[in-house]
Amino acid sequence: MKFVKTTTLFLAVILMSAFAPNTNTGSDTKGYDIGDIATDFNLENIDGKMLSLSHFEDAKGFIVIFTCNTCPYAVAYEDRIEALNKKYASQGYPVIAIMPNNIEVKPGDNMEAMQKRAEDKGFTFPYLIDKNQEIYPQYGATKTPHVYVLKHTKYGNVVRYIGAIDDNYKDAALVNQKYVEDAVDALLKDEEIKETKTRAIGCSIKV
Amino acid sequence: MKHFLFLFLTVLVSCKSEPKLEDIVLEVHDFDSFEKYLYLEDDKTYIVNFWATWCAPCVKELPHFEELYHDYKDKDVKLLLVSLDFPNQYESKLKPFMIKHKIKGKVLCLDDEAMNVWIPKVNEEWDGGLPATVIYNKTKREFFYRTFTYEELENELKIFLN
Repeated sequence: MKFVKTTTLFLAVILMSAFAPNTNTGSDTKGYDIGDIATDFNLENIDGKMLSLSHFEDAKGFIVIFTCNTCPYAVAYEDRIEALNKKYASQGYPVIAIMPNNIEVKPGDNMEAMQKRAEDKGFTFPYLIDKNQEIYPQYGATKTPHVYVLKHTKYGNVVRYIGAIDDNYKDAALVNQKYVEDAVDALLKDEEIKETKTRAIGCSIKV
Repeated sequence: MKHFLFLFLTVLVSCKSEPKLEDIVLEVHDFDSFEKYLYLEDDKTYIVNFWATWCAPCVKELPHFEELYHDYKDKDVKLLLVSLDFPNQYESKLKPFMIKHKIKGKVLCLDDEAMNVWIPKVNEEWDGGLPATVIYNKTKREFFYRTFTYEELENELKIFLN
């Protein structure tokens, strides 16, 4: 009987791993693709505390945005990033902003500058610093802003969307497609995401 | 009075030798009107570099493109510098940059917010990070999502010229 139980458990584990999403950890330079499990991290927030995705026990997922203070595209999107957090944090999809630049190359992106920017703009989302520049390469982020929408599952946080926030960096009023909102809305309704990957010009992350 | 006039003329002449902001007329395109520059079918080899003044690695590699252009322009090589600067920074950033660095390549401004539509038309592999470069002639085409040293760029160009 015990043998049967062990065998069943063994088979169950095999079956589960067969149907589990692709567990590419992003060790290759290309980073994540749709369906990959995104790594958790433990990064310093602007409030001085360390923060991980696992701290959000009730989250259904995350809107992870690599962004910074100094890139004109990132600046153009600041208010829209805040709006995303206001709209979706309460629905289980908080914005987690990560500043990936080397602060020796871009002093305007150091922790002090991040804190000041967040205070001036009234950011309500965490704004973390990838101080050792170890997280953004795993995700495969190349520029700011660069968005990864993750869905929390029992296997981990699965990448469901990669790309831009919307289709008009110049003017929020002229946006036709809100890529990130469409993706999160689809996840909330358990529907298929129409556009899972989009492209946009951005500032390359400073190494 | 004579001296004063001379001085006045010198000032005039020296002013003229430095190009001024208003002397630069930028060619601004949306992707539709720009696209032809990716498919010119003459006997030249085109180096098309996508850049912006706010992009530090672009600014760092730009002198290599300019130097290579200088060294190879009599071999039917053309340099197109496609600026993705914001239109509201053409006067305040782009033009002063062109003057300060005495840019010799042909600067084109690409202003088209439908990025998700036109970026894959440049290359399917490109996610939109800068810099990016296309080298082509009528028989061959390569896309590069990377930065270059002079030697690296020259090696790639030589493949096109052989």
